[in-house]
Amino acid sequence: MPVSEKVVFEYSRPGRGARDQWPQETPAAALSDLPAKLRRARAPELPEIGELEAVRHFTRLSQLNFSIDTHFYPLGSCTMKYNPKACNQYAMLPEFLARHPLAPESHGQGLLACLYELQEMLKAVSGMEGVALSPMAGAQGEFAGVAMIRAYHRARGDLKRNEIIVPEAAHGTNPATATMCGCVVREVPVGREGDVDIDALSRAVGPQTAGIMLTNPSTLGVFERRIVEVARVVHDAGGLLYYDGANLNAILGMVRPGDMGFDVIHMNLHKTFSTPHGGGGPGAGAVGVGARLLPFLPIPVVGREGERYHWLTEADLPQSIGRLSAFMGNTGVLLRAYIYMRMLGREGMRQVGEYATLNANYLLKRLQDAGFDAAYPQRRASHEFIVTLKRQARDLNVTAMDFAKRLLDYGFHAPTTYFPLIVPECLLIEPTETETRDTLDAFVTAMTQIEKEAEREPARVTSAPHTMPVRRLDDVRAARQLDLTWKPTAQP
Amino acid sequence: MAFIPHTEADVAAMLAAIGVARIEELFDEVPAELRVKSLAGVPEALNEMEIGRLMSERAHSDGIALSFLGAGAYEHHIPAAVWAITTRGEFYSAYTPYQAEASQGTLQLTYEFQSMMARLTGMAVANASMYDGASATAEAALMAVRANRKSRSARILVPLTLHPHYRRVASATAANQGLKFEELPYGAQEGITLPDALARYETEDITALIVPQPNFFGRLEDVDALTDWAHAHGILVIAVVNPTALALLKPPGEWGARGADIAVGEGQPLGVPLSSGGPYFGFMTTRMEYVRQMPGRIVGRTLDAAGKEGFTLTLQAREQHIRRAKATSNICTNQGLLMTAATIYLSLLGPQGLTRTAAAAHARTRELVTALTRVPGVRPAFTGPCFHEAVLQLDRPAAPVLRALAGRGIIGGLDLAGYYPELGNALLVCATETKTSADIERYRAALSEALQSVRAA
Repeated sequence: MPVSEKVVFEYSRPGRGARDQWPQETPAAALSDLPAKLRRARAPELPEIGELEAVRHFTRLSQLNFSIDTHFYPLGSCTMKYNPKACNQYAMLPEFLARHPLAPESHGQGLLACLYELQEMLKAVSGMEGVALSPMAGAQGEFAGVAMIRAYHRARGDLKRNEIIVPEAAHGTNPATATMCGCVVREVPVGREGDVDIDALSRAVGPQTAGIMLTNPSTLGVFERRIVEVARVVHDAGGLLYYDGANLNAILGMVRPGDMGFDVIHMNLHKTFSTPHGGGGPGAGAVGVGARLLPFLPIPVVGREGERYHWLTEADLPQSIGRLSAFMGNTGVLLRAYIYMRMLGREGMRQVGEYATLNANYLLKRLQDAGFDAAYPQRRASHEFIVTLKRQARDLNVTAMDFAKRLLDYGFHAPTTYFPLIVPECLLIEPTETETRDTLDAFVTAMTQIEKEAEREPARVTSAPHTMPVRRLDDVRAARQLDLTWKPTAQP
Repeated sequence: MAFIPHTEADVAAMLAAIGVARIEELFDEVPAELRVKSLAGVPEALNEMEIGRLMSERAHSDGIALSFLGAGAYEHHIPAAVWAITTRGEFYSAYTPYQAEASQGTLQLTYEFQSMMARLTGMAVANASMYDGASATAEAALMAVRANRKSRSARILVPLTLHPHYRRVASATAANQGLKFEELPYGAQEGITLPDALARYETEDITALIVPQPNFFGRLEDVDALTDWAHAHGILVIAVVNPTALALLKPPGEWGARGADIAVGEGQPLGVPLSSGGPYFGFMTTRMEYVRQMPGRIVGRTLDAAGKEGFTLTLQAREQHIRRAKATSNICTNQGLLMTAATIYLSLLGPQGLTRTAAAAHARTRELVTALTRVPGVRPAFTGPCFHEAVLQLDRPAAPVLRALAGRGIIGGLDLAGYYPELGNALLVCATETKTSADIERYRAALSEALQSVRAA
């Protein structure tokens, strides 16, 4: 890895630039109609650099990253699997890129066919009755889901239902979403083996219950065994069940949320369906619903009449929760997911669930054999599992964060740390189905080495990483002495 | 298939290590009655050659038309280097930079992006991007409610000249939290928000005023007057701006005496292809005093344990993974890849290139309006300056005219009848630097023919 790279503005020289990219200069007369008081006084202070300098600068920056293409990236709950190159290449065909979002349907039948078929495939794997593709991330899918639950109760005149139940192990987005939808959050505990506490749930539900948000397999990496009972308790109380699709990869092709009793689901296409994470987006959070919520789907949705595809809008779905993006969500991401799903096909869907689970259980067993403690040793792993380093923290004063940072030196991206919040000193590890046994074995070797270092030379671990472009960063300084934009320093 | 690399020997060894005979047994905690019986809705697999052929056929059937559509998404030249670098695996297949030491590339690039957006909008700070311009506008309204502590009403004034889809997204996103969006009319001649529309709110508790520039009609609002009026009445100003236009137009940070309070917009014009609507990215910038009210990721520069400069996510105490139900938003991503493209785009264009692009787009639109209004039955809908987009009035409904043009391979603009019925037969058209005089002449000739044939029919 390169050691460091200057900030782009530091390459800037007045008058330099990638001139081949610029249009011809426009005569000033063509701008004469713009009133002076609405004009900008000085050109914006953007960098002035040549094309090769820009290419080198941004290529070097890319080399400062870990990524799936370069490193094993077992980040729990994020499903960092291989992003096939074909998905990118064929989603970026010139005709797809050039099409304007408001272009007529007659000039988009090919695109609309892909989106329609994507909706149908997502219905099939989720067991839902209808799918809308427009939410632009998991969190926006969650928002759409809870907004639909709220709209459903309101449409029935059941205005008291404003409480959303979430298990204490839930992703932070769940309670944040409930708040954004104007609901109140009520947490329920999970039992010692990781299942929702049914008695506590039964006490929590009532005429105020709008619904429950669940991830299954849960954020603890285990399947919620009493899900049918959970569904019964919530439905009997008049609430609906929301499925957070964060962990859908674990059960893809094996179990369907619709069959478990869920009324609404969001699917992270950037996880289960392998669209790129892009350094933090774009994602796509398609939502699926059972029959009761069909009228409330966010628009636009793709419809079909005979062989023609068209957009369904407010006129077709008057009870829709509305529009969540200026146009059609992250269309290019949807195309990538479509290509991926077509390449997997029916059989491939099932293999994803099977091999993701095989890899996770194998890695868990190997780590246990190497002396690491599973948080739920009596349970099967789903596609991910939790190792707790409580013992190492207590006996060696080496924390989960120290292990995570030292793993970077061994060439592995760290697992998710300190999530879920209810397991102390935890690493949430998700290998995904696209990794070889050899890679998993190498990860176990690295963990074992770090454990040895922690025993013999703990400072080596607690001061890691040593081989990255930077050492541990001072987050407190970052938040207290805010430096959020580049400013030229005074010349010496 | 399914990109699974296991050999039979691997599987056997792995199952033996786990202590089960078959993969099936790993699902023994799943109730049997829940197991999938059929996935009939998913077709059989295609290999890469087959999917390549299918996608190429579908793309080909959509074709590439000569388009004069704008309305919030704009066709611009994108340097080849932008996507060649953006799709490098190290950017494309990385996750959110939570492990800062292994993500300095994405983090530094985000810091550069924030710096560029702050400079372009004339504001102090930027976040690492939002989903799109519409959702950024909705988030800005929510942010204004947190930031304007003198106001308790959560009432937001929204000009009808704001993109109609943005207005719908704002209400779908924020109405559940008690925000009330109140629409401001526009002058029928001018196509902009006039002071008369504001007068009735002077004595009321209003949280924020949204000011689009250019507005949905391409018209230029009197941003100084609107900003000063709002500030005189304790109202925050949310600017919704086109980033290309900002190369020529006064940045929100300089509007009126004090500048706008929050600036947002659609980032797509900065190196992102039209792609039928996404993925795009929204940008958001604000004053330093409101940085803790801003949603979304923010990157800061700091020092590492050895005193070396480095970059990290900061102010995370605002975010959902820490604050849960009390977070500023449920957002946990940005549009990282699109922000990457925009940062490379802005570096290649620089101040001169972006200014030339804005000027060329504006000049082409003027040329287009001049050409089209020479056609009998076509006239400008509004008086006063536009920026790179304009509304035309036709002497008959636009829909059949647009269909006739589409038959000639020309997408002639957006029919406003469904959005603004009071405007009659209005058509929103746009030309950018990608259009030539020959393209414009082709449109003029086709429009002339189309009007004649529609008239004849």
